Order: sequence, then structure tokens, then C-alpha cells
Amino acid sequence: MGSVGAKDVPVLLSPDGLRIDGRRLDELRPMKIQVGQLHNADGSAFVEWGMNKVMAAVYGPREVHPRHLQQNNKAVIQCKYNMAAFSVDERKRPGLDRRSQEISKVIGEAFESVVFAEEYPRTSIDIYIEVLQANAGTRCAGLVAASLALADAGIPMVDLLPAVAVGKVAGKIALDLKKEEDNFGEADLPMALVPQSGRLVLLQMEGHMTEPELAEALELGVQGCREIYEKMKQALRERYSVGPAGGSA
Amino acid sequence: MSEEVAAEILTTHILDLAAEGKRLDGRGPDEYRKVSIEPGFVATADGSALVRIGTTAVVSGIKLEPGKPFPDTPNAGVLTTNAELIPLSNAIFEPGPPQPGAIEVSRVVDRAIRAAETVDLTRLCVTPGEKSWVCYVDIHVLDHSGNLIDAALLAALAALTHSTVPAKRFEIAESDYPLEVHHFPVECTFVRLGDTIVVDPTFDEERAAQGRITVATDEVGRVVAMQKGLVGAFSPDDVKEVVRRAFAHGERLRAVAKGGSA
Repeated sequence: MGSVGAKDVPVLLSPDGLRIDGRRLDELRPMKIQVGQLHNADGSAFVEWGMNKVMAAVYGPREVHPRHLQQNNKAVIQCKYNMAAFSVDERKRPGLDRRSQEISKVIGEAFESVVFAEEYPRTSIDIYIEVLQANAGTRCAGLVAASLALADAGIPMVDLLPAVAVGKVAGKIALDLKKEEDNFGEADLPMALVPQSGRLVLLQMEGHMTEPELAEALELGVQGCREIYEKMKQALRERYSVGPAGGSA
Repeated sequence: MSEEVAAEILTTHILDLAAEGKRLDGRGPDEYRKVSIEPGFVATADGSALVRIGTTAVVSGIKLEPGKPFPDTPNAGVLTTNAELIPLSNAIFEPGPPQPGAIEVSRVVDRAIRAAETVDLTRLCVTPGEKSWVCYVDIHVLDHSGNLIDAALLAALAALTHSTVPAKRFEIAESDYPLEVHHFPVECTFVRLGDTIVVDPTFDEERAAQGRITVATDEVGRVVAMQKGLVGAFSPDDVKEVVRRAFAHGERLRAVAKGGSA
């Protein structure tokens, strides 16, 4: 993604096993979640994760546009992942590109696996993910935000969908890659977990790993997702708790 | 009840209230919503700001990249403004290429920035006829609760004011330096609701409006851009009145754009 030449390869792992930003191999970047920030959407969530800033909104269930996509037995789930022009180092030309369309598709399918779409036939549940500031892992941040936006919109689901990327950095399996690790690391493996069933509904991989490394990466990813799951539930509690010590619901 | 019918009933109500000088959210006809500005909202941009007018929220990000001057202005850099009215911000927007509404916002904002000489484009020229900076002003609407034009220019102005020219990164100079901003244009938008002209319309007021008018003013007392929009009409006296009101609001909005919130 970046424009940095090969000569600038940074030291990704220190002799004492710490990463470029001082994290351990199994440590997540700091995460801040705010649910229900937007007024027009039916549900929304803003996720700041490391140096990522991602806003997600959900509209629906509502009429299907375009009409021919309508299904008589269930809601259609339409996901649009989009990056703001200023979200990356080199300005991104606004509009649809192949990467965004692929990410939209796999995220949409991940949610189709958990939303009770059959409750809302002939409607559309529209998920919009806007990346405002990107630093590796935007599809996972988008998934986390969108999952909370769905919950905020009151859409019934099997479970929330925590997501995280695991990668291979300087020969080691590492959780939650940041940009330098993504650019110069050996592999990137984003995944989304249904905590209740322990199954993965999004899984992609780029790079190279051995079979044992992949097994280790999957285990680390699931563990990371469970950690994120707790943060997601906490964010929902903050949004919806009432009472003297409660939030602002 | 369909959305259209509900909107029609709301429109009637908004017009009835306006006839008594009242508004749905309790404001007076010349009362602006609370404005807040958060500069530096996006670290990947060369300058940025998140602006809120009531529950309307707009992010603007500036990107400066080396490019080529236009043949007819070989001594000037290039400025381009683009607004994205994304479907995340309101149910009325659909995914796809920019619609006329988004293009109108971009162009009205662009005209104000350009006419006020906010940025001296000749200072963005590196080598006449060959190399200059291209300054991209991108506007991303997050929450559309009305008055996007004012919010978009406020965000763009706050972002430009806090921009750094990435001269070192592109090996054009030894170090980065702040982008010089010379003038501070702000837009002020009004809509007609019957015989009342109200400032800073909400989404529902825009839908009820019988005409919209935007006046951009700068800090040295110039009107730098105007736009009449939507279906409806204004008399020359109406125009004079909104220009007068735009200057009064402009002064306060500029203070916010420079300083923080009010």
C-alpha cells in the first residue's frame, strides 16, 4: 500500500521479542468503540483501532433498492465498504475499486451468516462502512463497527462478529498487524469469528505460512477475536446501560 | 404510512410554525445551531477537520501531491474540491457516482475558496509550466441533518488552516511547512418557509423549503460566492436581507473556524 522503497525495511521484531510499536506478539492495538454516534442511521458505531478510524452505519430493514434484488423469503444484506480519499498516504481516487468491492462482498456474506434475515422478507438491510483513516486491518475494524451498528439498529443476530488479522512478522506469528508489519511482513490472515459457535465466517489470507504456522495463526486469531468480543459487549453496555451510574441511553 | 406522506405532514407543520416565527427545534428564524470543529481528525491527511452543525457531521481531508499546472495558468498550483454524499449519512443517498446534489456542494464550496483567494495558488507552483502542488479538498459527509454547504466549507476551511505541505516526503524541499491561508470565507445558508427566511436549515426544513439561498462572505467584508437552490424564489430585497444576515453569522462562524467551538 505504502510508497516506501525496499531500502527502508524497518526492524519489525526487536531481540527481546517486541514489535515496532512495542507490543508483544499476542497483543492487540488499543481500541476505542463508540456506539450510536450518528443520528440519521438506524444504527451506527465508530471504531478507533490503532491508527484506524472507521465509521459504520446500518439502515433497515427497509425497501430494497434496486427492486430486482428483493427476495421473498428473507432480507437481502447489502454491504458497502468505502475508503475516504484522505484515509491513506497516497490520495485514493473516490469511487468503487475492485478491492473495495471484494471486501464489501466478503463482509456482507459474513453478516448473512449470522443475521436472522428470514425475519424480514422483501426488505434490505444496508451496511455502510467508511474508512476515514487507514493503518492495516480496516476490514476487521469495519466488521467490528458494522456488527455493533447492526446491534444498535436492533437487528436480530446469532452473535456479534469480532474480527482481527493475524500475520507473520519476522518469522513469528503476530496478532493484529499494523501498517509496517502488513507491508513488510510475510503473511496476513484476517478473520471474523462467531464466538458462540467458534466458527469463522470471514477468512482471507495473503502471503506464505507453513501448515504448523497456519494452525498457530488460527489459534491466535480466535483468541484475539474473543478479546475483541469482550470490548464489543462492553461498548454496547456503555451505550445502553441506564441508572445512576449508567451511560447515556 | 409512507415516508412521502409523513414528509408532507411534517412540511405543513414546519410551514405553520414558520408563519408564527417558530421552528420545529425551538430555534428562532435567525438562530444558528451549535457549531463545533475538531481539527486534525484524520492523521493520514495533510490537514483535516471534523465539523458538526447540530447533528450534521462532515469530515474534510486535505491531500497535497505534486502534479502539473494547467496550461492556461502555468504559474499556479491546482485546487480541486470533491464532496461525497455517502449513503452512510442519510437514507436519501444511494451508492454510486456523485449525484447533482454532491456536485453542487463541491462547486459552491470550491467557488468560495477560490474567489476569496483562501490559498494563494501561485505559492503552490514549484516550476512554472511543469510542476506544481495539487491541493485536493475532499469532503466526506457522515451525518446529513441539513445545511451541508455551510458544514462543508467550514470543514474545508478548518482543514486548510491546519494543513502541512508535505514537501520533504515528495523531495521538493528540505522540510515540510504549513500551508498559507490568506482569507477565511464561510458560507451561510437560508431557506424560505412561507414569508419567513430561516438560517441554517435542518434536513426537514430543507425538504419543506420554498427556495434555498447561500451567501459566502470573507473577513474583509466581501461577498465571495452565492447560490440559489431548490424550487422557489427570492426578491432582491430578500437577497439584501440574507446578505446582511450572512455577514453577521459569518463573523461568528469564522471565529469558530479559527478557534474551536461556539
